[in-house]
Amino acid sequence: MVLVLLCVIITIINPNFLSFSNFVRISQAAMIPLVLGLGATFIILMGSIDLSVEGGLTLSTVILSMLVLNGANSNDLGLLAVLIVLAVGAGLGLVNGVIHVHLKVPSFMTTLGVWFIGVGAANALLGGMAIRINDPFIRGLAIERFLGFPRGVWLALGCLVVALVIQNYTRLGRYIYALGGGEELAALSGISVARVRIMAFTLAGIFYAIGGILAAAQLGLGNAQIGNGRLFTTVTAVVVGGTALSGGHGSVLQTLVGVLIVVVLSNGMVLMGVPPSVQIGVQGLMIIAAVALSIDRKLMRIVK
Amino acid sequence: MSTAAQPVLSLVNVDKRFPGVHALKQVSIDIRPGEVVGLIGENGAGKSTLMKILSGVYQHDGGEILLSGRSTRFADAADANSQGIGMVFQEQSLLTNLTVGENIYLGNETQFTRLGIVNWRALYAAAARQLAKVKVDVDPRMRADDLDFAARQMVELAKALTLEENAGGHLVILLDEPTSVLERAEIDILFARVRALKERASFIFVSHRLDEVLELSDRIYVMKDGAVVADLKASEADVTQLHHLMVGRSLQAEYYREPQQRPFREEVVLEADGLSLGPAYRNVSFKLHAGEILGIAGVIGSGREELTRTLAGFAPHDGGRLLLGGREARLNSPAEAVDGGVGYIPRERRVEGLVLFLSVAANITLPDLENLSSYGLINGAAERRLAGGWVDRLKVRTPGINALCLNLSGGNQQKVVLAKWLNARARILVLDHPTRGLDVGAKEEVYDLVRQVTAEGVAVILTSDTLEETIGLSHTVLVMRDGGITHRTAANPGEKPRQVDLIGHMV
Repeated sequence: MVLVLLCVIITIINPNFLSFSNFVRISQAAMIPLVLGLGATFIILMGSIDLSVEGGLTLSTVILSMLVLNGANSNDLGLLAVLIVLAVGAGLGLVNGVIHVHLKVPSFMTTLGVWFIGVGAANALLGGMAIRINDPFIRGLAIERFLGFPRGVWLALGCLVVALVIQNYTRLGRYIYALGGGEELAALSGISVARVRIMAFTLAGIFYAIGGILAAAQLGLGNAQIGNGRLFTTVTAVVVGGTALSGGHGSVLQTLVGVLIVVVLSNGMVLMGVPPSVQIGVQGLMIIAAVALSIDRKLMRIVK
Repeated sequence: MSTAAQPVLSLVNVDKRFPGVHALKQVSIDIRPGEVVGLIGENGAGKSTLMKILSGVYQHDGGEILLSGRSTRFADAADANSQGIGMVFQEQSLLTNLTVGENIYLGNETQFTRLGIVNWRALYAAAARQLAKVKVDVDPRMRADDLDFAARQMVELAKALTLEENAGGHLVILLDEPTSVLERAEIDILFARVRALKERASFIFVSHRLDEVLELSDRIYVMKDGAVVADLKASEADVTQLHHLMVGRSLQAEYYREPQQRPFREEVVLEADGLSLGPAYRNVSFKLHAGEILGIAGVIGSGREELTRTLAGFAPHDGGRLLLGGREARLNSPAEAVDGGVGYIPRERRVEGLVLFLSVAANITLPDLENLSSYGLINGAAERRLAGGWVDRLKVRTPGINALCLNLSGGNQQKVVLAKWLNARARILVLDHPTRGLDVGAKEEVYDLVRQVTAEGVAVILTSDTLEETIGLSHTVLVMRDGGITHRTAANPGEKPRQVDLIGHMV
């Protein structure tokens, strides 16, 4: 609804919005937030929060850039590098999960820490440089097109399908909803709460790693600043999509809608000639508006 | 008191719908000045919805509310208060970290405030006057958590009476299960106060205890399935009749289903051998057979709650042996209990029994998803078939298997919890006060189900709020005191132990 309205308004102001090339532009802008948002959706559905988005993404990008054909060393691992990066993402998520569950550190603090650990490790690996990526497959994700859209966009849509299947047709998906709806009870039903939490964080970590691969492809290089601002977009997209921060409600499809709203809005602001300095503020307004609009105030008595 | 007087509060054809549930159907009720009106009905009959509309939590969708003949509606609790509707709730609603006086005038401090500064002396003096109205000897400067439940209930009553200072006209005070946490003597005092206050206010009294409703009320409305089915004078009604009206069945019909009690089987499914846990209980030994209902009686502190928790996997024992199906086991977590075939039906259904935002189907299959899925993928068709089967078998009243459990009544929620464990093929069910908060009709349905599943060989450990229920349902009764078993007795149909005999071993 909001999305359609937004599109109509922007089209009225600048008809170029409806051009195919603009669609491609939007899809390119949306692919990374979508993949990141999918991962974060599972965490937020569980009633937790994941701030380590940028950490996972940055570290993945940097490691990828160092392992594939690149301008700084003689590595050329190709697809093996991609697998290693996915494992790194999963590992970072696993760390999130294990610390959160076994040390009983709230997810907010755990993932805040892991965010900085990830970015810090990426910085240490690079020593402030940027590495050029020459691997044709990775670059191809951004450059080569299938049916008019870059391959990366198709990859992101593939991730969406995978996330949908996990959400609707797997035990993990069902357990994530159960945990978000009532953790005590999930435990009483014999669900191993610790395992589900750790698995969910690991899953999210894999999505962030894929986000990192796409980011590397888009920029063509790996540097430690590549993740800047991604956390905000991710959480905004999930929340604008309508997934409740309290857990239990929402879906990855809603996150797709949320991502599109965020991206279309910023695309529209560019088309309408809104200065970039103002655009950031508008995004801030949007996340607050989204939460304010989505909360069923009749159900919520206390907000802390 | 003249019954011909104009009603102080009238509901005319009030209607309320929730998604999937028609909660109130054309409900009409009159409350006359100085009258105590009883409101009874099964869980899900619409009592709570009605009370919530009167207290401003919900708003009605149809019909009219007349206050002293004038049409009105209550936007929220404060609005209801300002129009002279006071509330005394079942769950105590005093803030225990504040003083009695602060509680009484919570939200209404303005009258004692000048330039933002509260004149505490005036507030406490006024609070003392309110407390005097209900004749309770409580210092308004005491903290609410220093009071016992009965005194807190009186304070709530006093708080409701402050409304008469602001609301013009007659007060109507809603008493929602006010006796559920009180002792008999305290109930008598509460009732005496309510009677004494009749000239100041009218009361709507909601309770599951029919004898109390008969005792206190002048008139009684009976609700069933969202509609008022009877309006009786209390002096002309009796418990059996009320019960009949509420459920359309008769109370006499062998309440605990004793004729359905079948001898249990030889097979021992659980054995405790000198089981101990810290100071809570020690040296507890018993055998639980397939198809047996083992009731555990005991007062608070007897160790029976902890024993139940051990069997459900919350509090692993630290001494003795626990054998499940002949093999020694230690239940370190609820998950291990489930793996051992033990299902736990908790007393707090809403918190511990169901995921309210998941569908009926998802709740039923939650503990047993492993068997419904391969490689982590859930077989949706099989899930729907299973859930549908259980809904039919246990007669769960729900719009469908995809309805959220949030929208079901207490009794039906309890059936979903039971379905969940039966589906998980639990061989042992730990029933922790399974009928708490349920009305008579829903209780009977639960008893029926319990009899049914034990006939199929499921064993049951039962702790209950009433001794009567424990005796009525069980094959065997264990009595605990101070952490040990003091008595064990068979409870065969026709040869049930007497309550007084058991009490002798409890205290």
